[in-house]
Amino acid sequence: MTSAVSFQKVSRHFGTVRAVDAVDLDIAPGEFFAMLGPSGSGKTTCLRLIAGFEQPTAGSISIFGERAEGVPPYRRNVNTVFQDYALFPHLNILDNVAYGLMVKGVGKAERHKAAEDALALVRLPGYGGRRPGQLSGGQRQRVALARALVNQPKVLLLDEPLGALDLKLRENMQEELKSLQKALGITFIFVTHDQGEALSMADRVAVFNDGKIMQVGTPQDIYERPATRFVADFVGSSNVLPPDFVQRYSGQRRWGSLRPEAIRVGKATRGDGVSARLVSANYLGATTRLALDADGLRLHAVVPAGTKLPEEGEALVLTFNRDQLHLMDEPA
Amino acid sequence: MRSDRNQKTPLGLKIAAGLGLIFLHAPILLIFVYAFTTEEKSYQWPPPGLTTQWFAVTWNRPDVWEALSLSVRVAAISTAIAVVLGTLCAAAVSRSKFFGRETVSLLVILPIALPGIITGIALRSAFALTDIPFSFWTIILGHATFCVVVVYNNAVARFRRTSGSMIEASMDLGADGFQTFRYVILPNIATALLAGGMLAFALSFDEVIVTTFTAGQQQTLPIWMLEELIRPRQRPVTNVVAMVVVLVTLLPILLAYYLTRDGDQIAGSGK
Repeated sequence: MTSAVSFQKVSRHFGTVRAVDAVDLDIAPGEFFAMLGPSGSGKTTCLRLIAGFEQPTAGSISIFGERAEGVPPYRRNVNTVFQDYALFPHLNILDNVAYGLMVKGVGKAERHKAAEDALALVRLPGYGGRRPGQLSGGQRQRVALARALVNQPKVLLLDEPLGALDLKLRENMQEELKSLQKALGITFIFVTHDQGEALSMADRVAVFNDGKIMQVGTPQDIYERPATRFVADFVGSSNVLPPDFVQRYSGQRRWGSLRPEAIRVGKATRGDGVSARLVSANYLGATTRLALDADGLRLHAVVPAGTKLPEEGEALVLTFNRDQLHLMDEPA
Repeated sequence: MRSDRNQKTPLGLKIAAGLGLIFLHAPILLIFVYAFTTEEKSYQWPPPGLTTQWFAVTWNRPDVWEALSLSVRVAAISTAIAVVLGTLCAAAVSRSKFFGRETVSLLVILPIALPGIITGIALRSAFALTDIPFSFWTIILGHATFCVVVVYNNAVARFRRTSGSMIEASMDLGADGFQTFRYVILPNIATALLAGGMLAFALSFDEVIVTTFTAGQQQTLPIWMLEELIRPRQRPVTNVVAMVVVLVTLLPILLAYYLTRDGDQIAGSGK
């Protein structure tokens, strides 16, 4: 099967900065794919390479089997939802949405009909006559989405699509984007620095750091079986365990990771386990996050709300199931 | 309104402001009055009598028409050149990063900061050096130097306010470079260009100094007026023309002001 988007050894260098460095990537048709990473990790440059705003310094990109290098953005069957939405302030909402059809020469009645349909799809029917300035941030986001979707792209790119929205709106949009993607069957590729967003929406996630992909996998893969210390730390702040510590419990001298929720915290009297002291407790609502000091090793544990919390400085014993301890690929 | 409503403006300040305005504008009214005087050899106050005959006389003087038509043509072509070059330059400076960008930006603005007489002398010696004969086109060249600045400043201010991703969005939606310019860039900078263009037109229309250095035998309207003042015949004709010039230059400036008052300053209007 042809990939929706395929990168072969793609690099994009800006002077001496390797924004994207020899990246290999295959995104399947119809997939909801997330590019996750801290700012400056190359995820947005990858998105711009697919959109055609950037050309690779080396390597090749293909979109549904067609070579993309040298093809300008306006000849790619790919549309983008921009981070700042980039609506045209001089056009009303209907003409904004119909813009892509207008430049392709579609007649007025037909393109306005299609734009109305697209607006209905993003649940903004009847908003066509307004100006972008009269809409709220969330509504503008929907218009940007409609404006991209009206062109029936094969791939939809979303650059930090929920970054500018407040928490409640963000949660609604997450669900909506997901059901929209399912209904349309279009390949969605979105860029985010929010690991929660990536894990909850995507079918697969690529974790970026320093222009390279650290790991690609399903949210479960990424979360439960991080390949490197960076992934373990960046996605959900796992406990990264040094090789010496791991050797004691698994017999192998490798870096390991342990999810905070996998650690059970008990009183010191209960025998074997890792002895530790409580440093601080952070109340997070549904859970409480404990910072622990195990003989110089800083660990975090998460306990559900309602658990009786130990005192600060109290001696504790930490236990966990051996199979929860994940050994990372990264050599010691 | 940001002034405090409870606080009354002191009477003294009101009078001072009024006097200042009168000082600025009374001389212009005086010019209008002299356009109706019956005395044609000198400016005598009060005018010995009032007449409208000078309007007819002016209408029938071919030299007035010649000067007027030259001025209009020069202003129109300089403005057209300025709009094209100023926009391109503003687009380059605000849309891309390149070596020497700040220098280019400064050099473009320089002609308006330089005294006109320096621009004039520089151009005259350059024309002499390269054996370019003085003509209609040398005047236009001289005027274009400062007209470009006005358009550039207006366009640059507008480009800064328009989001860069808008152009990318247009390309992304399938518009090529020309369509993007036609449907996205132009509508967003049109009023700034119109305002800049009208200011440029007004500046060119009443330019004297640079024109003196770059014109050959032709007379633009301001130059013609200057010459006319030395001759002791039919002086009020000059005043009639002056009235027309005031109206022709004032209207575009007012229009430019209304077009850009939502935020943009009319850069360069102080020349």
